[in-house]
Order: sequence, then C-alpha cells, then structure tokens
Amino acid sequence: MSELLVQERSVVVPGESLAQGMDFLPGDNAYREKDQIYSKVLGLVSVSGRVIKITPLSGPYLPKIEDKIIARVMDITISGWRFDTSTAYSAMLNVRDATTRFVKKEEDLSQILAIGDYAVVKIVNVTSQNLIDLTMKEPGLRKISGGRIISINCQKVPRVIGRQGSMITLIKDKTGCDITVGQNGLVWIKGTQEGELMAGKAIKLIEAKSHLEGLTEKMEKFLGESA
Amino acid sequence: MVYNKRVDGRKIDELRPMEAKAGVVKNANGSASFKIGKTWAIAGVYGPREVVPRFMANPKHGILRCHYTMMPFSGSGERIKPGRSRRAQEISMVMEQSLAPVVDLSAFPNSVVDIFVELPQTDAGTRCAAISAACIALADAGIPMKDMVSSVAVGQVDGAVVADLNYNEESYPAIVSDIPVAMLHNTKEISLLQMDGEISKEDLLKALELAKVATEKVYQLQVKALKEKYAVNNEDN
Amino acid sequence: MIVNKETIAELAKENKRLDNRTLTEFRQPILIETNISWTAEGSARVQIGETVVMAGVKLSIEKPYNDTSDEGGIMVNAELSPIASPEFETGPPGMKAVELARVIDRGIREAKAIDLKKLCIEAGEKAWFVIVDIIALNDGGNLLDASGLAVLAALKTAKFPVVDPETGAIDYKQKTEKSLPLTKEPLPITVYKVNGALLVDPSREEEKAYEARLTVGSDAKGTISALQKGGDVPLTIEEIGKMVDLALEKASFLRKELTKGLKLK
Repeated sequence: MSELLVQERSVVVPGESLAQGMDFLPGDNAYREKDQIYSKVLGLVSVSGRVIKITPLSGPYLPKIEDKIIARVMDITISGWRFDTSTAYSAMLNVRDATTRFVKKEEDLSQILAIGDYAVVKIVNVTSQNLIDLTMKEPGLRKISGGRIISINCQKVPRVIGRQGSMITLIKDKTGCDITVGQNGLVWIKGTQEGELMAGKAIKLIEAKSHLEGLTEKMEKFLGESA
Repeated sequence: MVYNKRVDGRKIDELRPMEAKAGVVKNANGSASFKIGKTWAIAGVYGPREVVPRFMANPKHGILRCHYTMMPFSGSGERIKPGRSRRAQEISMVMEQSLAPVVDLSAFPNSVVDIFVELPQTDAGTRCAAISAACIALADAGIPMKDMVSSVAVGQVDGAVVADLNYNEESYPAIVSDIPVAMLHNTKEISLLQMDGEISKEDLLKALELAKVATEKVYQLQVKALKEKYAVNNEDN
Repeated sequence: MIVNKETIAELAKENKRLDNRTLTEFRQPILIETNISWTAEGSARVQIGETVVMAGVKLSIEKPYNDTSDEGGIMVNAELSPIASPEFETGPPGMKAVELARVIDRGIREAKAIDLKKLCIEAGEKAWFVIVDIIALNDGGNLLDASGLAVLAALKTAKFPVVDPETGAIDYKQKTEKSLPLTKEPLPITVYKVNGALLVDPSREEEKAYEARLTVGSDAKGTISALQKGGDVPLTIEEIGKMVDLALEKASFLRKELTKGLKLK
C-alpha cells in the first residue's frame, strides 16, 4: 500500500515526492499533501522507522537558545553591544552578561569590546521575532584575538564537529590549531600560519564533500598528506 | 497559411537547447546559470538577511525581492542604458509573484531574500529564463520551498500553437501571441501568466496545455543542475 | 574568510599571505573567455581566483562632438552589481564603481589606445562611438585588474557590425570582420602597500587591510598610461618607483595569460 519512493541518503529537490501512502510520517523539512510526502528543501533523505526527514545541504541559520555562535560587534549602546550574527537578526549583549567583574557606569565599553571585534558568545534568549540575547560570561566564551575566521554553511556544522567531536578533534590534532565552531557557521582557527591554512582547507573540504560516503577516510588522507 | 515549419527548424513543441548549472556565484548563498537558446540568465540569492529599507520588513514572515537586470550589451540592438527601466521593474515584480507561492519564509520574520538576475545575452523568453534560474538558485541557497517553479513561453504563431518562441518568432510578420508562463511542478498551477499579441480562447487553452509539457522539460533540467552539484563523481567542489 | 587587519599586516611583514601565495603571485585559476555574449560587438569573461567579471563592447553611430568633429569616442562604465557581493547595493554606481570605470577609461583614452580619428565616418556628421560596460559577477578581490583585463580582451576581439550602405542603419545581428583600431593594449595593475610590504592581486580581506594602493596602467612597451593612488597613507617616491616596477612586471605576466586565452578560441 505505502511506498517509499526515494533511497536513504539520496539528494532530493524541493517538492520531490518522497513516499506514497499514509504509513509514512513527514519529519524535518518534509510535508504531507493528501497521501504523498514531499521534500521542502534541497537535501539528503534520512529515513528513521516511519519518519522521513530531509537534512538540508545548505540553508540559513535559525538562532536557538544554548547555541554557541561567533559574532561581530557592530554597535555600542548605553547598556552593552549589538552584534552582527551573519544572519538576518542582530543580537544584544548586555554589560552585566559580558563579564563577571564589576563594570563602572562611566566605563568606556569599547575597552571591553570595540566595534569590529569578534567574539564567541552564547544565545540565552530568542524572541518570536528572532531577536537574540547573548551572554559572554560562561567558560569558553570570549573576545576573539588573532587567528582567522572562516565561514561555512551552518548546515555543515554537525559534520565539521563530528560524532562526539571526533572530526573537529582530528583536525585540531593534525594541524595543532585551536578551533572554535560557531553554530552559525563561523569558525575561529588559531595556530601557526601553515596550521591555520590546512585547518581552513580541511573544514572547507568537509563543507564540500560531507554528503558523500567515506568522509572520515577522506579527511584522514587529506590531513595525513598535508601534515 | 499555417506556420508549420519554425524559422529555426524546431518542432512546434520543441524547446531550444538548454543548459543549467547551480552554484556559479561563490559569494551568493545560492546561485544558478540558465541558458535557453541564446537567452542566458545568471541568478544569485542573498538571504534571508536584514531588510533595508526597514519599512519594508514584514513581522510575520520574510519577503522575497527580485532584481532583474539586462546587461547593457545584452539587447538585440543598441546598448541598453543602465538603470531601472519600467520593463525591468515590472519583470522583477512578476518574478516575485511567480516564486512567492512556493517559498516558505515563515521562520524568518523581518528578513528579505534578495534574488539578483543578470542577463549577459538575450533572444526572447528572458523573464522565463530569469524565473527558472532564480528557482534553482533559491533551492541551492537552502530556502524552504514546497515545490519548484519552471518557466517558459508558449504562444501562437500564424495559427500554430508553439512552445518557446525565439526573437524572430515574437516579431514574425503574422498574428503572433507570446505567453510567458510559470508553473508549479506538482500541482501544475500557474504562477506567471502574461501575454503580448492576440489569441483565441481555444488556442490559449491549447497553449496552456502545451505549457505543462514544456515546463516539465525545464523542470527536468533544473533538477539535474541541483543534483549534479552534489553528485559523487563531481570533483569540482 | 574573515580576519583581523592586524593578522594580514603581520603576515605581510614576513612576506606571507593567508592563502600561502607570495606577495607578487596572482591567484589561480586565471580564465579568459571572449565572445561570451552574442549580442555584444565584443565581450569577455575574466576569472582570477574567485573574482569574476564580464565586459561587453557596444558600438553606435553618433554625431561627433563639436571640438573633435573628426573623431569618434570611447567610454568605459562599470556596474558593481549586488549579485557579486553582499556589500554592494542596488542603485546607480557608487564611488568604487565610478573610480574603477574612470581609471580603466583613462588608461585607454589618454593613452590614445584607440585611434579615434579612424572611428570617423563623415567629419562633423557621423562617427563610431564605443562604450564598454563592465559587470562584476563575483567580488573575490581585485576587481579593477580583472576588469581591465576583461575590457582589453573585449576590445581586442570586438568587430564592427554591418552597416546598410543605403540607409546607414546598423544591423547589429551581423558582424563584419573588421576590428577596432586598437593601436596600444593598455592594462592596469594595482599594487597594494600593506604594513610596508607591497603585494598584488589582493583577496577581499586583503583589500580591507591596506594602507595605500597604486594602480598603474601600462602598454606592452612599458609606457605608463594611467596612475591612481588610493588609501589614506602617503607614499614615498622610492615606494612609488618600486610599485611601478612591480606593476609593469605583473602587466607583462597578465598579457601572456591574455595571449594564451585568445589562442584557445
């Protein structure tokens, strides 16, 4: 009666038929119209029991609470800083969420974070209009200095990090770099010039090839040859 | 005298040779090149991003904004002076209307998805090529869409209902009707419909039926362009 | 890629760059295609690294200007279309586009690279006017040099359209075998000063980290036909000499690339 029309891990386009019949359920990025399930995005098919979901191959970042992101200061206000998150939505960081030390009323905020500075921050609140509140007070969050920042599509972030961080650890080990991956697709790499270059290339390679089989082997080969 | 042999030898339901490729503008979030005959459109998508000017923002969902531009050297005669012509403004607007029904920007309030289409050369069917390119680019950008939109012109030349008129047919010395159509793939609903010329109701309905077949050919190419980008043996990436 | 300007400046001091190129190396690939637009009298697409530009030549017959009644004319225009970068806005050309167009324009016009008198059809009445339009399709940095190369390639391969001998009307759909009267082949190269070091073909990030830049237009013989200094920091005469040397050397390199590209056609 019900029929799956596509294979696991195949690439589908928006509107492509995924399954026929009422036995299947539409998961993320899929929808049902009458008795068919369709894809809502360009992505890879992923079937889990009766649920068919599509993993997008690219796409915009949707801010989520608890996400660690990398953002750039674009404005300093009376109470804090406004950040450009590389999305349609700016984010606010209040002074009291920026540092544990006491900040005097007249203190020049640009001494802490100046316009143009990048920082690793965490999202603590997202409104219905996608306005974002940040914190920089937790361990691991800070102003960025040195190194370089590359930009990848946020949909690839899980692959760059890998299962339990295995992929990012592999890259860190082989290149000797410190790497911080923002959920919004910005990645901060800090190490030697050669290390940063190689790490950047490795991450871009993942972005390009993550939908194919054998990614781990490809990466080990790439990093092994370049080391 | 019925037009039964087309000026370039094509069959009445035959489209000109087409080529499509996704991901051709590296800075854009999504992009595509779409060629049909000698008409060539390059589309680049940026967004969702902040809306400028702010008053255009919609708090319920993101908006789509199309910008259609013919390069100054792309016209069939003299140079086209740069700047927004009324024709380009109208085409930009109908492009938005043809794509809006499938795009879902409800998760992105107060944002805009900008679609820029530049044409290096033209030979009729420009708005259709622009829409077809834009749709590939939107999918390439990962914008949520419930379906693809494919576009091609159909019409009537001296009594014969044809698909994909070229410039010589648009200006054929007889009664001609040029009908750009955009169609959603799954439902076959029409999201762009315009006409230059004259046609009877019967021929119009025949032309729209022909549009189903013609846009399906465009759809196949759009799908191919997107899937090719991620094919196993594509080492270009 | 995003970096602090300081990182780029530090690397430059050690003769290094973010992508491991030397300071005087152009990016790869360098792709030059001509006759890419059938509606243009001449056209080219140039790619340097990830920077992509198109240039198209259109010819028309107009009444010559009063003070040059036996000459045709040439003009270069540039559109930095927002398709090429999230930083470009819609609307009329901004400062960057205007400067780019005018620098390339001067390199051709003031060098008298096109013999304008040969464009004259009937003194005081009719002459050919050449307009070259540059359209940026992807800004990966160094749009100016890429545009200059595209303009030269388009001018070199342009052909006059057929003119009806009786009516004098131009038939744009048919081309003659006649090329433009190009007496010289000007090419601009922009040299950037970053933290005291001189480099060419900057990426977008490097363009944001410079102190001063100098565009040098030159012809195949090494004669300078255009100069444009940019940036807030002044240059010494010695620095200018070094920058000119580097620009001439790289112009020679790009000319070889152009010859290669034209042979492929």
